[in-house]
Amino acid sequence: MNNSAIRNGLGYATLALMLTALFMVFDYVPPEAEQGIAQLIFYFHVPLAWVAFASFGLVAIAGVFYLWLGDQLWDDLGYAAAETGMVFCTLMIVAGSIWAKPIWGTWWTWDSRLTTTFILWLMYGGYLMLRASADDTPQVARFAAVLGIVAVLDVPIVIASVRLWRTIHPAVLVTKQGGHGLEDPRMVATLLVCLAAFTALWAWLLMLRFTQLRTRSKMGALAMRIAFATAAASDGK
Amino acid sequence: MENLGYLFAAYTIIFAVIFLYVLFIWRRQAALDAELRSLEARMTALTSASPETVAPERSDI
Repeated sequence: MNNSAIRNGLGYATLALMLTALFMVFDYVPPEAEQGIAQLIFYFHVPLAWVAFASFGLVAIAGVFYLWLGDQLWDDLGYAAAETGMVFCTLMIVAGSIWAKPIWGTWWTWDSRLTTTFILWLMYGGYLMLRASADDTPQVARFAAVLGIVAVLDVPIVIASVRLWRTIHPAVLVTKQGGHGLEDPRMVATLLVCLAAFTALWAWLLMLRFTQLRTRSKMGALAMRIAFATAAASDGK
Repeated sequence: MENLGYLFAAYTIIFAVIFLYVLFIWRRQAALDAELRSLEARMTALTSASPETVAPERSDI
């Protein structure tokens, strides 16, 4: 099976899973008793966080391999993962903020979970600004790899922040008493389908962007060879 | 149906941003295709001018 077939298959799987997830969120799962329908934002907020963290983990892994092997492939993978991770991290923050307004009465508060997440967003924003503002040289790629490795250290801090510090952010998936806080099996099923839908979407977008960046890198190398050959041909005349 | 507006806003923004990102990727792809065509034209011109000068590996792309 070639890459194009895998990409198309992932695209259709994403569409099917996303439609199923939407049906489950709006027609199947019961809203939480205290929060009402605003709690339904949770079913996309958590998967967005999961794919953002997975992306940032991949940026770090790609960074390690780039520093170790120096292969452009790992740099392209890290760049693609950082970009998709940033899209999902931004959406996670926005969705959380919209949920917070009716539940907490404010769009934003400097709570430990929110603050550490904002720091994470800033660091990967810095990563993308570095990539956008400089040429694609090996030096920039090395800087980006190191930044990607350092920035990922914030992910476990974000996850543990609800246990380490006093926070008003709910700990639904792993409560402080142990176990999860989803009282109905339909809530668990809906969350799992939403997680699958966003994982498929992430894999599809990542694959699209990674393939593009690989093509761009190879075209850059080819353009350089053509330029050298053109110069050699004019010297020979 | 209290807070329906918040729910609607959250899901609309999520899908709108994802759609815009897909659009961004699609436009980048169109730009890459144009660049590829230009490279192919340069390569064809170069190889027809002096076939022994360059023979870039087509499998690179």
